[in-house]
Amino acid sequence: MAIPIAYNLRNLVVRKTTTIMTALGIALTVATLLAILALVNGLRATLSASGDPLRIVVLRQGADSELVSNFQRAQFQDLKYKPGIATGSDGLPLASLEVVTIANLGAVEDSDINVNVRALLPVGREMRPNVHIVSGRWYRAGQREVVVGKMLAQQHRSAHIGNRIRLGRGDWVCVGVMDGGGGSTDSEVWGDLNQISADLQRLEILSSATVKATDAVTAKALINDINNDQRINMTAVSEKEYYDRQTDSGVPIRDVGIFVAIVMAVGSSFAAMNTMYAAVARRSREIGTLRVLGFSPGSIMLSFLLESVLLSLLGGIVGCLLAVLLLNGYSTQVGANFATMAFEFRVTPEIVAVGLAFAVTLGAAGGLLPARMAARKEILDALRAV
Amino acid sequence: MRYLPLILKNCWRNRRRTILTVASIGVSMCLLGVVVAMYHGFYMGAPAPDQAVRLVVRNRISIAVALPLAYRDTIQRIPGVRNVMYANYFQGVYKDARNPKNQFARFAVDSGELFKVFGEFRIPEDQKQAFLRQRSACVIGRDVADSLHLKLGDRMPIKGDIFPGDFEFTVRGIFDSPRPSGVMYFDREYLEQSMSERRRGFVGMFYIRIDDPAHSARIAQAIDDEFHSSTAQTKTESEQAFTVGFLSLLGNVKMFLIAISAAVVFTILLVSANTMAMSVRERVREIGVLKTLGFTPAAVLGLILGEACVISVAGGLIGYLISALLMRMVARTPFGGFLPTLPAIELPVAAACIATAAAIGLVSSLVPAAGASRLPIVEALRSSD
Repeated sequence: MAIPIAYNLRNLVVRKTTTIMTALGIALTVATLLAILALVNGLRATLSASGDPLRIVVLRQGADSELVSNFQRAQFQDLKYKPGIATGSDGLPLASLEVVTIANLGAVEDSDINVNVRALLPVGREMRPNVHIVSGRWYRAGQREVVVGKMLAQQHRSAHIGNRIRLGRGDWVCVGVMDGGGGSTDSEVWGDLNQISADLQRLEILSSATVKATDAVTAKALINDINNDQRINMTAVSEKEYYDRQTDSGVPIRDVGIFVAIVMAVGSSFAAMNTMYAAVARRSREIGTLRVLGFSPGSIMLSFLLESVLLSLLGGIVGCLLAVLLLNGYSTQVGANFATMAFEFRVTPEIVAVGLAFAVTLGAAGGLLPARMAARKEILDALRAV
Repeated sequence: MRYLPLILKNCWRNRRRTILTVASIGVSMCLLGVVVAMYHGFYMGAPAPDQAVRLVVRNRISIAVALPLAYRDTIQRIPGVRNVMYANYFQGVYKDARNPKNQFARFAVDSGELFKVFGEFRIPEDQKQAFLRQRSACVIGRDVADSLHLKLGDRMPIKGDIFPGDFEFTVRGIFDSPRPSGVMYFDREYLEQSMSERRRGFVGMFYIRIDDPAHSARIAQAIDDEFHSSTAQTKTESEQAFTVGFLSLLGNVKMFLIAISAAVVFTILLVSANTMAMSVRERVREIGVLKTLGFTPAAVLGLILGEACVISVAGGLIGYLISALLMRMVARTPFGGFLPTLPAIELPVAAACIATAAAIGLVSSLVPAAGASRLPIVEALRSSD
């Protein structure tokens, strides 16, 4: 017969100082793990929100990002009229030639914040209908004006409307804030292609092109078509896949974080073990009494193991609460491809489940040996203990 | 001090608990040790003498934005500058890029200046001459040669990405460096020939060797002032700051390190406090006896604080030693290339770890110790727990 759980719960309450301290230690361990998972998850969510499966990024063969790619105007003419590219409201193909470069916001604050600058033509905006202005207005063609993503505007003083950003040969005025729907656009600066490429002396050699396919099937065919075209010598990849690949930049952070969490877990399970050994020693007479009442060694072992799991589950719950309350939605940034990308920590139910499972495992590992010791006590010795 | 034997005896009484506590603190402390060592290495450590005489000039905007090659002559004229080597980060893809072994750093440089600016590289004279003679020659660090089993005369095909094209290099030299040497250098002329007309004449950065480390701040300032009103402004920094800047592209490293340390220190504090609370509770009667024998409240306080310190310092020491071992392993990963060379035992790091451990021991046992020292004798003796 099993010993009622209420017995374990009451015991945890009676020894509240020890319970709280052990549980808090476990809570911190779980919170650390959750922080890392939420960070990587937020990064992934931001990057996957950036990609549209119908949009295709065309880069110079061998280039793995828009930043290191370069694309000549002449090649663009060959690309533009390929079959499968959707047409825009003006009847022209939805193909956008772009310059992607880096600007430093530090000109104002003297800190090193690099941001991605994307220079595009009106067609580039037309094929990204989810991007819209939330305050101010769009930049005007032919003016030294830019708009900034909303995450940049939130995090950096220099990215406010009316402020100047240094790029190329001069200062550019920020005239609006755009919302890209949670994608990497929210951390970008956008401006007019001709104005920016002239300023950077890159009129002929631009960075990359983005084209929009009519539907999913043509998108695949179009990608193959571009990849196999020896004339333009380009590689094409769907925007979704392009951003998925960038997620790799989160892998080292995740690995380091998981390593830290595991080391902390080892430390915490030793602490849980300590607490449980003390519990077994103090309740020696109780264990003897339970045995006299007819509870088997097996159920005593189970009971102590359960107590340890309950203890660490309590810690796990506190840790999850900490993570959800303090971290969820907290925005931060990482460098992706030499420029910062802002994103929010995301604590999802799956992550909370992982955290609780982690706590339970930790508690079970810490409780196993003390529980076995409790089960092996001889009745008479146990009853005689002071 | 007179009570040290008594403190040690007390520690050793509940052996299992002491061992578990020391192990728990040790494991956490080893994490702290690694974090502190990294923090120290990145932000506080003094560079090795051979690194201290080097500065790196890059575009103020970012290392991904180029500088005109013509800056070299201007930099060369600045007092205190001995040698200037232009360099382009070449990147490229060597064989299968998914194999991390193939992802070593590759630079296109001024081959004639390479071994002057990097004076610490050791290479046989005949290999150096062979490297200088041939345009498509390259030299690789010992680490690359070992991990890819390359030897002199081997060919290395590399596909360019930042600089498009198919390149083939011949290994003409293998050099040794006191630091991790997962790097390859080749002559920038070879690269320049493959470039389109418009891209020629731009380099990624300049490595400079200066006459005296004491002048580095003045020289860096002089260079940045020189180009202040040019199209491409420069940022000149020590090689160490440059590599840390490279790493910080991954994210806010400083914040990350501080957050981990805070979580670790707090966890240890809880573990240690818990242990001390448990042992004091078990010994209430004994404390009554000690007081009857004439131990003053201050002595009792000292006994308990001392016990906590001994335990946490033991944990701290073990943790530090494990972390020193771990750092050795970290230095062997590609990540280690960013770290300055770390001696096996670094005194400031060791001192920081042990001082933290001692402080944690004191703080964690303050409450139970104060309680015990204030406890009236009669009540203590009457306790049945």
